[in-house]
Amino acid sequence: MAHEYIPIFIFLAVAGAFPIVTLIAAKLVRPESPFKEKLLPYECGIDPVSDARGRYTVRFYIVAILFVLFDVETVFLFPWAVRFRQLGMFGLAEMVVFLALLIVGYIWVWKKGALEWI
Amino acid sequence: MSYLDQTLHLFPETVLAVAGTLIMVLSPTVKNARWLGRIALFALVLALFGSHVSYHHGEYMGSAFDGLVTNDAFAILFRQLFIIVAALAVLSSFDYLKREGIETGEYYALILFSVVGQGLMACSTDLVMIFIGLEISSISTYILTGYRRHDARGIEAALKYFLLGSFATGFLLYGIALVYGATGSTNLAAIRAAIPQANGPLVAMGAALMFVGMAFKVSGAPFQVWTPDVYQGAPTPVTAFMSAAPKAAAFAMFLRVFLTGLTPAAGYFWLLWGCAVLSMFVGNLGALMQSNIKRMLAYSSIAHAGYVLAAFTTRSAMGGAAAIFYLAVYSVTNVGAFLVVAHLAGKDESTVAISDYRGLGKRHPVLAACFTIFLLSLLGVPLTGGFFGKFYIVTSAVAAGLPGLAIITMINSAIGAYYYLRVVVTMYMEDAESPAATPAVPASGTLVLIFTVIGVFALGVFPTMVLEWASQAADILK
Amino acid sequence: MDQFFFYMFSAVILVMALLCVTAKNAVHSAIFLIGTLLGVAGLYLHLGAEFLAGVQVILYVGGIMVLFLFVIMLVNIDQTLKEAIFSGQWKLGLIGVALLGVELVWFVAKGTGLPEKPETHAAAPAAAQLGNVQQVGDVLFQSYLLPFEIASILLLVAMVGAVVMAKKRI
Repeated sequence: MAHEYIPIFIFLAVAGAFPIVTLIAAKLVRPESPFKEKLLPYECGIDPVSDARGRYTVRFYIVAILFVLFDVETVFLFPWAVRFRQLGMFGLAEMVVFLALLIVGYIWVWKKGALEWI
Repeated sequence: MSYLDQTLHLFPETVLAVAGTLIMVLSPTVKNARWLGRIALFALVLALFGSHVSYHHGEYMGSAFDGLVTNDAFAILFRQLFIIVAALAVLSSFDYLKREGIETGEYYALILFSVVGQGLMACSTDLVMIFIGLEISSISTYILTGYRRHDARGIEAALKYFLLGSFATGFLLYGIALVYGATGSTNLAAIRAAIPQANGPLVAMGAALMFVGMAFKVSGAPFQVWTPDVYQGAPTPVTAFMSAAPKAAAFAMFLRVFLTGLTPAAGYFWLLWGCAVLSMFVGNLGALMQSNIKRMLAYSSIAHAGYVLAAFTTRSAMGGAAAIFYLAVYSVTNVGAFLVVAHLAGKDESTVAISDYRGLGKRHPVLAACFTIFLLSLLGVPLTGGFFGKFYIVTSAVAAGLPGLAIITMINSAIGAYYYLRVVVTMYMEDAESPAATPAVPASGTLVLIFTVIGVFALGVFPTMVLEWASQAADILK
Repeated sequence: MDQFFFYMFSAVILVMALLCVTAKNAVHSAIFLIGTLLGVAGLYLHLGAEFLAGVQVILYVGGIMVLFLFVIMLVNIDQTLKEAIFSGQWKLGLIGVALLGVELVWFVAKGTGLPEKPETHAAAPAAAQLGNVQQVGDVLFQSYLLPFEIASILLLVAMVGAVVMAKKRI
């Protein structure tokens, strides 16, 4: 069981090590001459005045929660898709009922203008 | 059994879910939301009629969907209670929502979805189904609580309810997980069969966690802190709805899970006893100090949860019947009382202090009389339903050999007399300095008042009607 | 080997969860929470519940964490950085946690210990050759089809809730 995942763990380890190794290697090779302007987003133009992490509008939140809801929906689609043949027409009918309710929700959200950026 | 037949076991839920989605599809285009409210009302009546037919013809009774749900007398009684409460709430919302300027179709859709969840809670015999039903009911109620979005207190109530409610749901879910881990099933019958061989402490821990979650949902002390704030902040018709339907549904799930699923692990007797006694005292003593009528009724609803828990503590079929009967009486009465409050609340709920009720007996004798009837029923005066409700609870406690509990229940009823009668005295004996205008009761409101007043008296004069049914329903609780 | 992975993932979960509640910056908390959730996904994988592990990564790490970050951005982070992370009642909380811990240990010691792997949970033996996702599909769309359908109502209600609560005009 567990040995099937060994390649994945090797992959994860390599992926995790890659940025660390490159950062260290770059640090060893590159010439070092830091000055303040290098840390600014733009070297020329207006200096930034405030933090980028200001408060965001609540509209992002509606989009995010709708994304999560439809994400849940796709999770249900996955096991259905892999057993599509075995479940047959009945499985299709089940999924149509499930999706119909969510599509009603989608139509409602759309018509209500919750997806518009105004 | 075909799937169509099985779906007909859940006829009320199906009708309400379809009507709810229909309302949502129509709501962006239909300008007059009143029509959507009428659709909701029609669906509720249809669901009530359908469940009535299925009960009296015996068709579509019994379990369906591999034992996930069952259509028995218990489920049908509770379901009809939720539907009636929801219909009354919808009727009294018409006027209220218009006054507050928040009449939209989603409100009615949410009430219907909430009833779908509650119906599932009452008829499910599987913890997974019960949990999903609870979530549907709870989430709809959280949203309805915050429906007056311009009002800071409403938003605060919704947020508190949501955060604490989700936390309590977490307890319930963790309990379900532990019980599943110990018994290997989520089906209540299978859990019961597996408990003797199961890991006892694990079951006990699971049961304790589930107890916490459910005690929160019925607002039993010490998990009641959310109740006054939420009942006060919610729009009053919603308060009427949620003080009856979700609470009765939570009790339905509580009774079914603890009496048909977990009985052999009897260690929870003192847990129930303590919760019942504490709820009665916290509710009644808290209500004494309130100056806001909604908060007073909220504390009184905690006390009533305590009375029902006292009947539950007997763990007998008789106690179960008493609990169910009491819930029916309490729901009808409380909905009536809150609807009077909703009518008198004024724009932005500005007149909900008890002192605003001064002189109501002169300003609006009919409304004052109705409110008095509801308060007397909550108090448990003979001829009203509340009397027999309390009477059966005390009798069942004595029959079960718990005289102490019976005495505590009676002491608490006596404490209740003080704050219920104080409102009556305020209405009839005191005069307002600058009486607020009392609006005329619209047709929908009149219908609600007539129905609830008749209900209170019918349950008080002919209690056997419902009590027999309740005993039949309580038959499953062994 | 089995034991090693179990303890490794558990350690990841615990350390990340502790860092999550003690981090001063809410964004850092969210990042540590991702660590915790990935650890849980690892545990699922270790238990042979591949589907659940996948769902954990897609939904929690992918979806719900995005939501968390948006919510964090709704509040004023500079303000929260100035405030204490724990309310004055943290000592009370610590006592509560200690009591719960003692209770847990007592229950486990009193009983027959932690439960063994129950046999009844496994799907039918015929299904053993199928992959985890196929097994979930079979159970979900046959014996548990009702909860599955009802879940769509739950999602619908959540959708209404999000829009009704957060949209300016409804």
